[in-house]
Amino acid sequence: MEKQTYSNPVIRWVDDRLPIFSFMDHEYNKFPMPRNLNYFWNFGALASITLIVMIVTGIVLAMHYTPHTSMAFDSVERIMRDVNYGWLIRYIHSNGASMFFIVVYIHIFRGLYYGSYKAPRELLWMLGVVILLLMMATAFMGYVLPWGQMSFWGAKVITSLFSAVPIFGESIVEWLWGGFSVDNATLNRFFSLHYLMPFVIVGVVVLHVAALHVSGSNNPDGIDVKGPQDTVPFNPYFTAKDSIGLGVFLIVWAGFVFYAPDFLGHPDNYIPADPLVTPPHIVPEWYFLPFYAILRSITFDFLFIDAKLLGVILMFASIAILFVLPWLDTSKVRSCRFRPVYKWFFWLFVLDCFILGVVGAKSPDDPVFGVEWFKYVHLGQIGTAYYFFHFLILLPILGKMERPLPLPTSISESVTGGRSDSAAGAATAKGEPA
Amino acid sequence: MRKLLIAKLVVGLSLAASTGAYAAGDVLPPKDVKWNFEGIFGTYDRAAAQRGLQVYKEVCASCHALSRVAYRNLMDLGYTEDQVKAFAKEYEVQNAEPNDDGEMFMRAALPSDRFVSPFPNKQAARAANGGAYPPDLSLITKARANGPSYLYSLLVGYTDVPAGVEEQEGLSYNPYFPGGWIAMAMPLFEDGVEYTDGTKATVDQMAKDVTYFLSWAASPDLEQRKKTGLSVMMFLVVFTGLLIAVKKKVWSDVH
Ligand code: HEC
Ligand code: HEM
Repeated sequence: MEKQTYSNPVIRWVDDRLPIFSFMDHEYNKFPMPRNLNYFWNFGALASITLIVMIVTGIVLAMHYTPHTSMAFDSVERIMRDVNYGWLIRYIHSNGASMFFIVVYIHIFRGLYYGSYKAPRELLWMLGVVILLLMMATAFMGYVLPWGQMSFWGAKVITSLFSAVPIFGESIVEWLWGGFSVDNATLNRFFSLHYLMPFVIVGVVVLHVAALHVSGSNNPDGIDVKGPQDTVPFNPYFTAKDSIGLGVFLIVWAGFVFYAPDFLGHPDNYIPADPLVTPPHIVPEWYFLPFYAILRSITFDFLFIDAKLLGVILMFASIAILFVLPWLDTSKVRSCRFRPVYKWFFWLFVLDCFILGVVGAKSPDDPVFGVEWFKYVHLGQIGTAYYFFHFLILLPILGKMERPLPLPTSISESVTGGRSDSAAGAATAKGEPA
Repeated sequence: MRKLLIAKLVVGLSLAASTGAYAAGDVLPPKDVKWNFEGIFGTYDRAAAQRGLQVYKEVCASCHALSRVAYRNLMDLGYTEDQVKAFAKEYEVQNAEPNDDGEMFMRAALPSDRFVSPFPNKQAARAANGGAYPPDLSLITKARANGPSYLYSLLVGYTDVPAGVEEQEGLSYNPYFPGGWIAMAMPLFEDGVEYTDGTKATVDQMAKDVTYFLSWAASPDLEQRKKTGLSVMMFLVVFTGLLIAVKKKVWSDVH
């Protein structure tokens, strides 16, 4: 890292002893970014900002929230009614969870489309999958806190999954609950962990970004940066571009918060939890629906594994498989732009995830579009099979068989159509502020 | 073209996902009513909500609690402080602290107290209602899908039992209620209340009015929320416009 000499003596004094100013300058000011990035490269920044907003609003909520089964629901309603702008804080937080998942899902599919998981970014990708898992755990436990009907029954259904583990199942579930049912002990530990995990996420995000700054960003052409003519400095080019994304994103988020704050929630969660009344349909939040569909689509035993356990295994496997994706995809070409066949399968995979999401929201025994013999559980089975087919069979084979289109020789060539001596390229080549 | 096709498929599937819910059970979807608190500029109709309070007080309150609303909140509906004080005084509550002799005592309710519940606990409420629990109405329009229209439809939806369907002891038939049989007998009858503002108290009128009142009770933040939202949105749109201009300028030297 090149050290700067600062004219301000205080900054220079600090920087000589702890080079944070040089560090920030290097990583966020001059940091070279491929010049051809499109708006899909906004979503990482958006996710980081969402995480910060969640932590800030969460800490304020925690000042007014009471983690006790007899008071949790009331305390959330007090926040809504009696705390100044409490409704605003709570709606930002509850809709923020959905926004976080939308942003992160787009971020992930961006990576799938442009091959950002391939060498040399495998570890960066795997850290991202860790973040996804931590987010899911955090959101699941957060949803339990208001202690409404869906909070309670969602917690019960999901924690009970662990009873499928052979021999130790029941003990694990009781250990998770801290008792013989989902009760006050469960609520308390969920609150404690819900407070803790976002900070663990911050830690993993730091590693994720550190790994990113080793390899640099991938780009829509999926080819390596060849030199300074291919890049522009992060600031002001991408601070400006990310800001537009942020503006649009905040408009969407505010749209939900102010005009449809309960649209993404479930009405049953405005009914206080009642262990004696089971809701007719227990559904998780929308961002868990595809995984819930995979879980419920396994209705048959396989060899010595019973259906319930297999469902649980496949549900976790559907995310765990992302860890090995860099080695399942055998194609050397990163971007879908130059993979004429995979491109189609990519969109088919997106459609499959979407169909699984719909299945997750339905009761398994409902017929699909009124066709009596074809139930949602069947659609879910097809969707699940295709999900794993995509990763385990299609990707390894396709990489070997597909003939990719010719790659451009460099980013600057593909951007300028051959002229590599443009003003910005020349300016950054000499390391001058553009 | 292909993107359009995908977009259409996505929209189609999500519609299928959202409308399918009613197919389960034989429930009628709620009647399609336009409420003036919907929409970007929506506010609560004060006169309707005040009449609704009267309906709640004179009809529903004998069975249903409204324990999350404080009497002072009624000032949001246009009542003066004195009116609220007078309203609260009609009720008795137990003081939170004992008196100097250590005895709990009853006193007249104050504006800071929450609506007094008709029953001391859930069991008593059930016992008085043939085993069925009349839910607290503080959040009812948020706790049901399409809440306001559902509530209105439920109140006006009582009909004769359809031919071929067997009567059920102690229950009333209402096609808007999941399962069709509800433990609440039809609560509203023509001229069941005498409106202080002279409005004719038809069943439809009372059902609409009490829906206004209970929608306010469930989302008292709605007016402030929409007003704040408008400024926030206008700011964000202008700000994003400026950011777009800045970005264009910054990138103008990169081709
Ligand atoms: C005589 C007592 C009584 C009165 C008066 C009464 N209700 Fe009910 N209400 C009940 C009972 C009992 C239930 C539970 C019904 C059930 O679960 O089958 C109920 C249920 C309801 C429900 C819940 C329906 C659902 O979807 O679960 C609503 C909403 C409701 N009442 C609104 C009202 C309103 C508004 C009024 C005043 C206009 C009113 N009630 C007057 C006894 C009453
Ligand atoms: C990764 C970031 C986070 C995610 C994804 C997240 C998610 C959620 C979700 C889905 C809910 C339920 C919302 C509802 O229906 O009301 C919730 C509630 C809550 N969260 Fe978080 N949260 C995050 C960070 C935090 C942090 C850092 C804190 C504070 C310490 C916090 C404190 C709370 C509290 C007190 C509630 C209960 C109040 C309520 O239900 O509105 N959260 N969270």
